[in-house]
Formats: sequence, C-alpha cells, structure tokens
Amino acid sequence: MALLIRDLDFRYGATPVLQRLGTEALPRGELAALVGPNGSGKSTLFRCAAGLLRPERGTVALDGHDLSELSQRERARKVFYLAQDTGARVALSVFDIILLARKSLHRGYALAASPADTHAVEAVIEELGLAPFASRDIATLSGGQRQLAAIGQALVREPDVLLLDEPTSALDVRRQLDVMATIREATRRRDIVTVVAIHDLSLAARFADRVLVMNSGRIAQAGAPAEVLAHEAVSETYAVGVHLEHSARGTLLVEPYIQVH
Amino acid sequence: MAATLPMTATATGDYRRRNARRLKLVLFGLVALAVALALDVSIGPGNLPLGDVLRTLVDPQSATPRLSVIVWDLRLPIALMALAVGAMLGLSGAGMQTILANPLADPFTLGVSAAATVGASVAIVLGWSVVPGAGPFIVTVNAFVFALAASLVLFFMTKLRGVSAETMILVGIALLFTCNAITALLQYRSNEVQLTQIVFWTLGSLARASWEKVGVAALLIALALPFFLMRGWALTALRLGDERAESLGVRVDRLRLEILIATSLLAAVSVSFVGGIGFIGLVGPHIARLLVGEDQRFFLPVATIASAVLLSLASTVSKVITPGVIYPIGIITALIGVPFFISLVMSIRGRGV
Repeated sequence: MALLIRDLDFRYGATPVLQRLGTEALPRGELAALVGPNGSGKSTLFRCAAGLLRPERGTVALDGHDLSELSQRERARKVFYLAQDTGARVALSVFDIILLARKSLHRGYALAASPADTHAVEAVIEELGLAPFASRDIATLSGGQRQLAAIGQALVREPDVLLLDEPTSALDVRRQLDVMATIREATRRRDIVTVVAIHDLSLAARFADRVLVMNSGRIAQAGAPAEVLAHEAVSETYAVGVHLEHSARGTLLVEPYIQVH
Repeated sequence: MAATLPMTATATGDYRRRNARRLKLVLFGLVALAVALALDVSIGPGNLPLGDVLRTLVDPQSATPRLSVIVWDLRLPIALMALAVGAMLGLSGAGMQTILANPLADPFTLGVSAAATVGASVAIVLGWSVVPGAGPFIVTVNAFVFALAASLVLFFMTKLRGVSAETMILVGIALLFTCNAITALLQYRSNEVQLTQIVFWTLGSLARASWEKVGVAALLIALALPFFLMRGWALTALRLGDERAESLGVRVDRLRLEILIATSLLAAVSVSFVGGIGFIGLVGPHIARLLVGEDQRFFLPVATIASAVLLSLASTVSKVITPGVIYPIGIITALIGVPFFISLVMSIRGRGV
C-alpha cells in the first residue's frame, strides 16, 4: 500500500520542469522528505501529484489505483497539497478555516456545520495545540501560527496522501521540532503517505523515514536518510560538500559546506 | 488530554456564539430594512400624515383615491425599487469583491455600469435598438445588453490569459474608460433634449421605477441569493487564495465564471432599470465585512441587506434635502460614497495589502 509516481513529464510553456520523474514506492505510514535546490521542480511535482497540474505523461498511483481516473473533488479528498503560505489577509478565524477545509470535502450545500464536523475540527485543534488562538482571525497571527493552522486544514480532511511544501519555513526552532514530530506522528497513526518538501537537511535526516533528492526535474537519489545524504548525488545537486556526523545524542547532523578548489 | 479538552470546547463555543451573533445581525438587518422602507414611503412631496400613509399600506380600501394613488402607485414602487436595486448592487459587488479578491471591485468600478450607459446613450441619441422590437423599452433593453456584453468582454479577455484577479481588475478599468469615452462622443453629437436624457441616465434615478420592474428585480434576487449561498463554502475557500482553494477541491475557474455571470446579470438588470447608481455595491459589502467577517454564508446576505438599507436611506435623503424636490439618487450615493471610497483606499494602504 503505497504512493507510486512514474515517468512524469511536465513543462511550463517550452521549459521542461519534470522529466521522466519517477519515485520508488512511498509506503503508507512513512514520512518522506523531498529535498532539492530552489527551482528544481518540487512544488510542480506536488501540484502534478495532487492533480492541480496535468502532466503530459506519466502516472500517479495510490495503492495501485491511477489517481487521474478520479474527479477533482475525489482526488482532493485523497491527496491534500499544502502550498507555501501566501499570507492572504482574511477576516476568518483558525476555527473557521479548519472547518472550511472539512466542509469542502462534501458535495451538497449544507450551510451549517454538523456536530461531526465541529468535533473533527476540535480534535485537530487539540492535536496541533491551536487552542490558545483558535478563535483569532488568521490575519492577526504570526507566520508560524498560520502555518500550524494550515496544517490543521490538511489533517482535518483525513487525506491518504499529504504533500506539504515547506511546512517549517516560518517556524522557530521549537516549533520546527514540534511540527515535524506531529506530522510524523500523524503519518504513522493515520497510516498515510506524507511527503514534505524541506530545505533543512538535518531536519529531513532527523524526521524522515526516507529522503528523495530532486535535481533538474528528476529524482537523483532516494532511500534511507543516512545513505542518501552521504551520497555524492547530494553534493552534486547542491554544489556543496556534505559532512555527516552523529551528535552525542545519536542524531544525524548534516553540515553542508562550500568547497574551495 | 482530558484536562485540555475544555480549551477546544471553548473554540467550538466561540464559533457557535459568533454564529448566533451573526445570525442576529441578519435578523436585525431585516428589521432595519422594514424601518427604512416605512420611512421612505412616509416621506415625500404632498405632506401626508404618517398615520394616513401607514393605514393606506395596511388597509388600501379605507384610503381616499388620492392617497391610494400616491402611496401605492407613486411612493411604494420607488421605495421597493430602492430596496431591490440596493440588494442587487450589494450582492453583485460582494460577489465581485470575493472572486476578484479586491474590496474596490463593484459593477461601477469595473465598467459594467458605464457600458450600460453607453447602451442607453446609443438608444437615446441614435435611436438604435440592439434587440428589434424593444419599443418603449429600447433604452432599458440596450442598457441591459451592453452591461452584459461588458461582463462577457471582461471574462473572455481575461480567459485568454487565464483568469487572474489582477487582470480582471485592469481589464475592468480599461472598459470603464472606453465606455466613458464612447458616452462622451455620443453626448457631443446629441441635441439638448437627448443630452438631458443621457445626463439623467448617468446620474441614476429611481423615478423609472414600476411594479413590473420591482417584480423582475425581486425574482432575480430570490434566485441569485440561493445561487450564491450554495457556493458559500467554496467562495470562502477562495478568500484563502486560488491555490489553497484548489487544494481544497474547489474548481476555481468554473466558480469564478459562475459568479461573474451572476454578478453581471444582477448589475445589468439594476443599471438598466434605474441608471448608474454608484458606490452602493462598494459600501454595503464593506459594512458587511466589518460586521460579520468573510464567512460568505453571512457576508453575502448581510452585504445584500446592508446595501438595500443604504439605498433606501439614500432615497429618503434625496427627498428631504429640498422639500418638494426629489434629487436623482445617484447624486446622493456618490456624495456619500466618494469620501467613503477614499477612506477605504487609505485603510487598505494602511494595512499594506
């Protein structure tokens, strides 16, 4: 039971972005980190996988079923793509937007929220520790709080596949750890496939079950974090040297450095 | 976990309380609507006692023929038209602001009203009818067709390059200036009588009200409001940005097209009935946003009601400035609206949006 992407081709106009991109099977219950330089096509890959962009060729299959056969609503139910925050200033509370994410799952036009809906929202607010600012307008929140609220939108929909674009970029150190731990926990407990695009290699090494290295529209290397990050594909991709070290606490630390020839 | 549960229960409680408050505001708005209507009907040339007017409304049989004519044939259609047009402009403006993610969008600023004026001017100056056999309705029909055409141009020009909110606003502004130029051209070659007619049209006036028009407008609102509300959650999702809305499963392009067509229809009908009445579609939704926020389930009805009340009050004001004279209502809404428009622009800049 897994997510499998094969032979994806996508171009914006004449510029190829994804070129025969394929992944190994990404099993349920595992957190995968997608790393790669800016512009390597991570967001485009996510959009193709979520069905927001139509690839020229290739397939995205979940548990052996081609996702392109689903309607957009059905697909959005199974796969949730959380883009980087655009900072829209809107007079809606955290509770409102999470409820909205839940309500927009359903066809039909019930304007009122059912007790099941509000209960699901409450559970997510609890899970992510959003309670202190659940009733505040998102326009008044810090970047980190907004990001947490957005993750709440993702979790409340109970997707099978969760694609998160830079979910920790606006967070302080403590929240980065909290959020990554929460995401990993949710992935395991809900037995879903989660892919997180992330720039921090140490954070990727620490929380991900596997790492995918993306370079120029392809997956250059994939596998267990310690093996992948030690691979020359990483230094080639980023044009840096990579030093790996285990801390005294046993955590794998990744130190990129600029090579002087 | 049990210890922290009350915290989240509070969040749901907050949500319920907020909903109850917003629902109360909707009901309060309906009461305000009734009061504004009664006020509008009671005031006017003729110095009729308030009691007589209200009695005529409740029990038409008891009234003298003169009283009956003034209340039922003269004042009531105008007063109801004010409510209906206000509601149409408000809902239209609210819809446009939501799909374009811009609080300055409304039928007036996007050139739909200006296009209707071109249609009316063509009928007045050249005598051309877009729809053959329009007869006495030639001005109204032309205005309607032009307003609808403007909305379609707005849509298809943006469709060519993908429907982004920014391009739609820019195309709307271009449309506004083009239409104003064409109207000016027609005015230049019109005679005095025609010029007066065009000016009267441009100003917007409820004097063109009739029971038939009130009926058509009421029917349109009765259809449009549920149409919008059915898309309430999707429209709220759109406020979080196109990409997030798409992630949530909203078909953004289709939603934007549906709402654009509906808002255009509302704008076209109201402008073709009463001419260009500005700023109501801007001010009403803004008041709604302040009162109930951007949850479209409440925002859309409250924007509709607030705009209706505003235009009704403006109608009353247009009668009391100079006793015996009814000013074109477009002048009143512009006088009240322009300072408001500027303060809106300033507050948006202040927020850094």
